[in-house]
Amino acid sequence: MVDSTQMASLNITHGAFGPFGGMFVPEILVPTLNELAHAFEDAQTDVSFQREFETLLKEYAGRETPLYCCRNLTAGTKAKLYLKREDLLHGGAHKTNQVLGQALLARRMGKTRLIAETGAGQHGVATALVGALFKMQTCIYMGATDMKRQAPNVFRMRLMGAEVVPVEGGSGTLKDAVNEALRDWSQSYPNTHYLLGTAAGPHPFPTMVREFQRVIGREAKAQMLEREGRLPDAAIACVGGGSNAIGLFADFIEEASVRLIGVEPAGHGLHTDKHGATLQKGRPGILHGTYSYVLQDAHGQVAESHSISAGLDYPGVGPQHAQLYADGRAEYVGIRDDEALEAFQRLSREEGIIPALESAHAIAHALKLAKAATQPQLLLVNLSGRGDKDVEHVRQHLLF
Amino acid sequence: MKTNRYEKMFDRLQLKKEGAFIPFVVLGDPDVETSFEIVDTLVGSGADALELGIPFANAVADGPVIQRSSFRALEAGVTPAHCLELCRRIRAKHPETPMGLLLYANLIIHRGLKSFYAEAANAGVDSILAADIPVGAAGPFIEAATETGVSPVFVVPPNIGEGALKEVARHGRGYTYVLGRAGVTGADRQMQTPLPQRFEALRAAGAAPAVVGFGISTPEHVRTALAAGAAGAISGSAGVALVEQHLNDKAAMHEALTGFVRQMKEATR
Repeated sequence: MVDSTQMASLNITHGAFGPFGGMFVPEILVPTLNELAHAFEDAQTDVSFQREFETLLKEYAGRETPLYCCRNLTAGTKAKLYLKREDLLHGGAHKTNQVLGQALLARRMGKTRLIAETGAGQHGVATALVGALFKMQTCIYMGATDMKRQAPNVFRMRLMGAEVVPVEGGSGTLKDAVNEALRDWSQSYPNTHYLLGTAAGPHPFPTMVREFQRVIGREAKAQMLEREGRLPDAAIACVGGGSNAIGLFADFIEEASVRLIGVEPAGHGLHTDKHGATLQKGRPGILHGTYSYVLQDAHGQVAESHSISAGLDYPGVGPQHAQLYADGRAEYVGIRDDEALEAFQRLSREEGIIPALESAHAIAHALKLAKAATQPQLLLVNLSGRGDKDVEHVRQHLLF
Repeated sequence: MKTNRYEKMFDRLQLKKEGAFIPFVVLGDPDVETSFEIVDTLVGSGADALELGIPFANAVADGPVIQRSSFRALEAGVTPAHCLELCRRIRAKHPETPMGLLLYANLIIHRGLKSFYAEAANAGVDSILAADIPVGAAGPFIEAATETGVSPVFVVPPNIGEGALKEVARHGRGYTYVLGRAGVTGADRQMQTPLPQRFEALRAAGAAPAVVGFGISTPEHVRTALAAGAAGAISGSAGVALVEQHLNDKAAMHEALTGFVRQMKEATR
């Protein structure tokens, strides 16, 4: 699975996940990233910071989120399917967890302006809401293509006072928005925090975002033990950059009995070039400050990814997922656009829950596992976001 | 060790009390042949050295002009292999002109660190600056450069820490790339003069000669940089904008580039 001849020995000293991770950025961003890493380390042991973070998660964001056991979806199979309902979090997705943490850090560092990239718009919405909450000027970079397919979220961001800047370069998607945010930051760093939206990018983002998202798996683990008296057989989450998945996995990595399954967008199919399955079809490389898997062509140019879901449409992936993949601790599978669309409809029709298209990928894989189960199975899926933003896009696909 | 082309150039210029003018262009823009002619014109018009980019679609240190230049080259199907071949041809025609590559790290590690540096050295490249490899993470890149006789070049931004500055001085060869300002490449925002103390600190730390880049688009910027203590100036977006303006008229493109380089070089005297 891992071709060692493709690995570079980069002797990573900061933010290493095995041979992956690191801080591969222009020199001008190094002092700013170091400042952030120190602020994060200090905050981790600062009781008042942790207390404020927990209070916001509870009172503002609505934690803890429920763990719901599907009543109809797995009827007739040997599996029980539990959904960790991050879709019920304020803002509509798990993104709210970590933006609260990063906004608190930004304030702690004396920053007055937030910038962020967004794909589906969920991270942009989350950043806009903390921008409003903390009274910070907020600028969201969003690919021009994504702005068209996620128009309702663009309006939400603007409603909360954020400026949304279209990015025309490249394919006008998430990776181009990250490029533009990094360019902004290389000039604006004295007063600006770059609120990166996923567990990728340069150190300390992969570690910091995981720690701010860890609450997903911690709660789910306790809820599962309380309800079932045992750990799940598998924890399943969709993987774009990988923040909801690493948030779910973090507290299960040491639990060897729990299968960790990351679901990548297979787009039109893994045999085509229209997908976003970075771990399964990419190779190690440097993109956006981290050494991880990257979809790329025969010359090292970063390839354009494809997914029906804008939030998974990214040719990179967080470095800890690269490590979990290389170690074999987690499995990564692909779900095609059409399979995700079917799961989107089934969860809507059979449980009355409209999931985000991103999360529908995880549901689709769980349904495959449920169907194939010959023994009783406890499946835990992170329902990372709700589907309101996708309703129009899906309607056009299905031509209702 | 044999004196390298950068050392020879700086020695020669010092005798004449001149600074170095180093234009930057993206190799392969708008196509391989025109790119070769453009570089030839730059040298013929008085460029002391060359800074050459390899096109990359995720150029996070570059502003819109250089980004568009990269996209034009990529659309023309230009690959890193084409760029190295261009370097070989440039070296054959201009045996003494120092020639540096400026590129993004994924293009290096994709070909294999050591093989990339070896290929570049073989093509006559004198230095390599990897835009997204800060000196603190550069160990394996420095090693590959040293083994192949390529000079590793590092960037000194306005906010660099004392430790990193010393590392740049210790490991950088050829020249030291001092940023004229924060941000990304582009002529839209002009340089702010780096403080003379910055150049003194670099000299005291034993760094390779300091050359200022980012926001250098006029002869006045060149004079200001040299007056502050720089050994030279790099200009990218201003020249690349001339290429872009004259894509449909090669004669006018070469004329504009010739005038630009002459003016900028004149300002180093």
